[in-house]
Amino acid sequence: MIDTALATVLDRHRRDGTRLMQILRETQEALGWLSPDTLGDIASAIGWPRVRVESTAGFYSFFHTRPLGQYRVLFSDNITDRMLGSHELMQALCKKLWLEPGRVSEDGLVSVDTTSCTGLCDQGPAALVNYRAISQLTPERIAAMADLIRGKVPLAEWPTEWFHIEDNIRRRDALLDHGLAPGEALTAALARGPQGLLDEIKLSGLRGRGGAGFSTGLKWQSCRDAPGKEHYVVCNADEGEPGTFKDRVLLTTCADLVFEGMTLAGFAVGARKGLLYLRGEYRYLLEPLEAVLARRRQAGLLGNPIAAHGFDIEIHLGAGAYICGEESALIESLEGRPGKPRIRPPFPVTHGYLDQPTTVNNVETLASACLIARHGGAWFKAIGTEKSAGTKLLSVSGDVARPGIYEYPFGVSIAQVLADAGAAGVQAVQISGAAGNCLADDEFDRRIAYEDVPTAGSFMVFDHCRDMFEVASNFVHFFAHESCGFCTPCRVGTAVNRRLMDKLSAGHGSPYDINEMYKMHRLMQGASHCGLGNSSTTALFDMLNKFKPAFERRLHSLEYEPGFDLDSALSQARQMTGRDDAGAHLREDE
Amino acid sequence: MTAKIKLATVSLAGCFGCHMSFLDIDERLLTLLELVEFDRSPIDDIKHCGPCDVGLIEGGICNAENVHVLREFRKNCKTLVAVGACAVNGGLPAQRNHLDLGDILQEVYQTSLGLAPGSAIPNDPELPLPLNKVHPIHEVVKIDYFLPGCPPSADAIWKFLTDLIAGRTPALGHGLLHYD
Repeated sequence: MIDTALATVLDRHRRDGTRLMQILRETQEALGWLSPDTLGDIASAIGWPRVRVESTAGFYSFFHTRPLGQYRVLFSDNITDRMLGSHELMQALCKKLWLEPGRVSEDGLVSVDTTSCTGLCDQGPAALVNYRAISQLTPERIAAMADLIRGKVPLAEWPTEWFHIEDNIRRRDALLDHGLAPGEALTAALARGPQGLLDEIKLSGLRGRGGAGFSTGLKWQSCRDAPGKEHYVVCNADEGEPGTFKDRVLLTTCADLVFEGMTLAGFAVGARKGLLYLRGEYRYLLEPLEAVLARRRQAGLLGNPIAAHGFDIEIHLGAGAYICGEESALIESLEGRPGKPRIRPPFPVTHGYLDQPTTVNNVETLASACLIARHGGAWFKAIGTEKSAGTKLLSVSGDVARPGIYEYPFGVSIAQVLADAGAAGVQAVQISGAAGNCLADDEFDRRIAYEDVPTAGSFMVFDHCRDMFEVASNFVHFFAHESCGFCTPCRVGTAVNRRLMDKLSAGHGSPYDINEMYKMHRLMQGASHCGLGNSSTTALFDMLNKFKPAFERRLHSLEYEPGFDLDSALSQARQMTGRDDAGAHLREDE
Repeated sequence: MTAKIKLATVSLAGCFGCHMSFLDIDERLLTLLELVEFDRSPIDDIKHCGPCDVGLIEGGICNAENVHVLREFRKNCKTLVAVGACAVNGGLPAQRNHLDLGDILQEVYQTSLGLAPGSAIPNDPELPLPLNKVHPIHEVVKIDYFLPGCPPSADAIWKFLTDLIAGRTPALGHGLLHYD
């Protein structure tokens, strides 16, 4: 007998297995967790083998296949949250609730744990409570939170200001100052015709804003030219790169522009359906975005066969997996499977969602396309540098006076951004998140552009008080947690690096351990299956080169050092035998 | 080729299976003897290892004596090789790692059925004490090469040794790597 709440969810999704992610999330929101019985019911309803449903449910951090409490508090564990005291706040909350991190309280009321960057670095420390974002945590808020949890106060009755998320837009340029009314870009595009629009996009030199910088015109043209029953447009709003939050702000302040960009892409490639993949951490944006979609439908800007060429958009929510930012993993997730990157080629432009030609574009890329449709490719190309047309949104966080969103034409220097954000005494800037490069202060004259310092938009600043080893360690732990486990170089390599960093951190390190990390970097760069593995040691490699003393000062000696304390490894045997002779000890210098 | 390579081998927390696989190189053993001279090894029963070119270690580290022997090898061998799953990862002996050592000793020597009256946990200083957990050898000393397998096949061991002796970085390649 299927639970009524579950039956409602299943019916809403037409018992369609490709919608499994949404089925699981909505079921969990209704029932609290995904029990073996629930998963069995879902499997038989969608006609999938149970093991496939379990493998999806087990893959994503935000799905629980065991009860994790009526309240689940997840502290964002990005380095910027840590710098703002998130670790101490988590300890304080655990102490007040008589809990250990990662464990569910005896009465099943609450569990407290960490999660990867929640995209609130400009207003941290942040946490998710039952997957609702709370920013600007303070000891006072933590104390009040403990009382609310113990008093079993429903989340809906918690102070509303806790859930208020700031936009913190500090500098606007062509995109944030777009001045376009809903439908304006679309009308211009319809007048140009699909190929006319494509030609303008190509002329503009627009490149992907998600980091890789692939030509948008080329991608759309390849997708348009690929044969298929249907074509699809996917907007990648799985903004998981630590330190990035520009897509959150675009979706909050310019949702119309993003949806209109998707509609343009659909017009250009010949798609009737668009999917927005929203990261689970941005769950709170779902209802406002649905409202924008409804308004656009009413205005004839979606679904309308003439004004919107029959195009409509649906929102899919992720469930806490960084790897889904990789386009083929994202498509797997859209189809209800674990987010493991596909083997490429074939590329999504020919074989994407449901094996049909699909263009996957970043939120910012799609929004920028509206400017091109309205003002033309030549206008857009005049902004920025020769190989990097247009503007870039930077998510600035860390040791700056004014964290937030800064939009610049491409070509702006690192030093300029630092000056505008009010940074002083900076020793390093981590560009493009944990997967990007780390720049030291002698490189701050370099410029944000594909030809110099390419970026997906994350810009984390560390002043001279910060220990760069701690920064490296945070990123290494992040990748060990987020590796999808599909390929051995990444699954094992990220775990080896975590062990080596922990060994150094515990004071057992030697130069051999540092050498081993260099070896891992070389191996993983070439041997990993996807970009996650390939880029997971980029920051570590930069920091080992540019901030080596931060690592070396932790070395125990220049000789090889064991990974654990040998003498205390005999403690239990000594206790059980009552021995304390010389043979019952292992001296370090023997 | 001037002098012969000096080679030492030992089995720590292992089952001697890797050594048996080593013997499986069969008549190639005679070729090997023209290239190497054995120091400490079960093949000659030398008790302590002297200065050597290559040391092959089978098995992980489960007690204090293993640590002493491993350190002796590291001190004396220019190149130290972890041979087989137990040396590389801890292997089968490490399956006890999820149990508490105190509980194991108590159950084996004091509480299980059929023990002689007055049985106690052995505490003779002659006996090496077991470590709380079994460790792979690279957690205790620097290891230069890893030869995986349970056991590595005779062909793998042969390829590895002949590479090493010829001055090539050992590479097993397809067909010679076995984890099962």
